[in-house]
Amino acid sequence: MWSRIRSIIRKEFIQIRRDPRTLAMVLALPALQLLLFGYAFNTVVDHLPLVIFDESKDAYSRQLISAFGNTGYFDIRGHVDSREAVAAAIDAGDAKVGLVLPPRFGDDILRRQVSLAQLIVDGSDPNTAQTALFAGWMIAAAVSESVQQPNVVAARQGAIELRPVVLYNPSMLSVNFMIPGLIGLILQFQTLILTAFAIVRERERGTLEQLVVTPIKSWELMIGKIIPYVATAFMAVAVALLVARVWFGVETAGSLPLLVLLSSLFLLSSLGIGLFISTISQTQTQAMQLAVFVMLPSVLLSGFMFPRESMPWIIQQLGLLIPLTYFLQILRGIMLKGVGLEVLWGSVVPLAIFGVAVFGLSAARFRKRLG
Amino acid sequence: MTASDVAPVISVRALTKRFGDLVAVDALTFEVQRGEVFAFLGPNGSGKSTTIRMLCGILEPTSGEGRVLGFDIAREGERVKQQIGYMSQRFALYEDLTVRENLEFYAGVYQVAGASLSGRLDELMTMAGLQDRQGQLAGSLSGGWKQRLALGCAIVHNPPLLFLDEPTAGVDPVSRRRFWTMIYGLAQGGVTVFVTTHYLDEAEHANRVAMIHGGTLRALASPAELKRSAMQGQLLNVTCASPMEAAALLERAPGVNEVALYGAAIHVLVDPTRTSEESVSDWLSDHGIAVGNVAPIEPTLEDVFVSLIGTATVATGQSTTR
Ligand SMILES: Nc1ncnc2c1ncn2[C@@H]1O[C@H](COP(=O)(O)OP(=O)(O)OP(=O)(O)O)[C@@H](O)[C@H]1O
Ligand SMILES: [Mg+2]
Repeated sequence: MWSRIRSIIRKEFIQIRRDPRTLAMVLALPALQLLLFGYAFNTVVDHLPLVIFDESKDAYSRQLISAFGNTGYFDIRGHVDSREAVAAAIDAGDAKVGLVLPPRFGDDILRRQVSLAQLIVDGSDPNTAQTALFAGWMIAAAVSESVQQPNVVAARQGAIELRPVVLYNPSMLSVNFMIPGLIGLILQFQTLILTAFAIVRERERGTLEQLVVTPIKSWELMIGKIIPYVATAFMAVAVALLVARVWFGVETAGSLPLLVLLSSLFLLSSLGIGLFISTISQTQTQAMQLAVFVMLPSVLLSGFMFPRESMPWIIQQLGLLIPLTYFLQILRGIMLKGVGLEVLWGSVVPLAIFGVAVFGLSAARFRKRLG
Repeated sequence: MTASDVAPVISVRALTKRFGDLVAVDALTFEVQRGEVFAFLGPNGSGKSTTIRMLCGILEPTSGEGRVLGFDIAREGERVKQQIGYMSQRFALYEDLTVRENLEFYAGVYQVAGASLSGRLDELMTMAGLQDRQGQLAGSLSGGWKQRLALGCAIVHNPPLLFLDEPTAGVDPVSRRRFWTMIYGLAQGGVTVFVTTHYLDEAEHANRVAMIHGGTLRALASPAELKRSAMQGQLLNVTCASPMEAAALLERAPGVNEVALYGAAIHVLVDPTRTSEESVSDWLSDHGIAVGNVAPIEPTLEDVFVSLIGTATVATGQSTTR
């Protein structure tokens, strides 16, 4: 029995090695996706509407404000006279960004203390939020530099520090945010597509019929087909983690073994879907279409692209039917916040239920359809 | 002799397969004995593959029953798998694996292991003449090589029963001959071979031939017997001017049972008690056809087949002219 499974696995690996498309999908694609998405999220959005609440009204605050206005990243839409008015402007969509300068802003600089300014950002569009924060930090740093010019000795003093407040979706803050999502997506994409393809290809070429005549059992075939693609999926994740670390400087905050363990749990459901697709597709083209059809809601509703918090209630509920939704919460928890099972179990339980159910049903169907 | 030695290797009774309204295989009943080369002869769509797939346990029969090597094909399909070899109509090779890797893969699946493995692989490669191509990708082999490799994969576990579904389709005559030599070798070693074909000359090589058409069995006997019994009367070969017109005329001639066109010639089956070569010749001349030659001939399987099926549309040409 194991020798039969081993034969399948060995054959599968030889085929992966010989097929440049699969190989590219396993190794190059994750890195490429990560770089693409990483930069897509960094694409510069300019002329962001900005409202200002300046309580300080001194030379320094005016210098900072004009710097904001001069860079081109922001368009100053007006001055308001309360924090609530800033929030209201953002709520209403009149502004994407608000700059709040406290009464002691200029005094603190004069007294060579760290002067706090607040940048309030609409986080519902991560792209905008990224740009606003990045640009804001640069401007603050530049102004900070210039106000310190006369006194180079006390470098840390008299600096302007920009405190970000992100509305709607605080965790949208950093570039890191998309990396866990991308890893989840790569895992799902690879196992789902490659597993489905590996089986449908054999049906297309007639070798599946040949296999059915051999003593191999359908579950042995299934295991033999799954193991290589789980292995390659984890390889892809390793590549993605490496690129994230080397290129973007993102490190996993939490436990790596836990990440691998829960990833395996997540893989159950995407493998299940892959198997299911393989039982209903006659050609690889059909399998591809079905896979895209399945993947699209995952991308849109899981919170990978758009924050779930800003979705209508009914769409949020639909998102709860997608395994990737839970897995993203787990991944972000482990990678960014460094939390463990004690916090994550609320996502782990539904993920496990989905995984066992989807995989079980698909495996049963796979058995029947082959026999 | 034990019971299993004399029991038929394959026996089917009223085996039937329907696809919706289409009856692909209609109540087949036959037996195949141990060591036989059993040819299943029929035109495209006659139900050959469907029958073979039911016997291999890939397809469930709609009704009827069958036993292969003593196992019920509907209920005990799994148990028979280790003991049969199957070569499907499309050579099911992994094109991105080398010759040797293909053999190794099937050896693994059939659990041909350990010390016997490399000996067996060498033996198969020698048999198929593939020693020099071990490292070549199967996809880059030409038809004849692919066919022999597929056979090698199907018999890697030394099965006592071998199913071949149109193994020589699309393969050149030299490769076909070589392939049949291999098949005879296997049969001499006691392997039972069930082979489908629509090449009539190939069926001549078999011990027995089952003729199938539209899913039903039309005849089952040795090639010699078929020719003797199935043709009622004397077969004449007629050459003449405008054969099409002549054939149409002959249909109406007295004492003529059947007429079939063979290229420029006409085969005419006559009742020797009612007519003769001379009267056929005269009859044609009387109707204004210039007759070349009328001579008695031995029937080929093709004549038998045409006679049984009653149409001249079957796999002509390819087989008899080669
Ligand atoms: N899975 C199927 N579903 C529906 N009809 C089928 C199926 N398989 C075969 N048939 C039909 O059953 C009939 C017999 O097909 P089969 O493949 O057994 O013929 P064959 O004798 O092997 O022909 P060929 O020489 O073309 O291989 C054909 O009419 C075919 O269209
Ligand atoms: Mg066929």
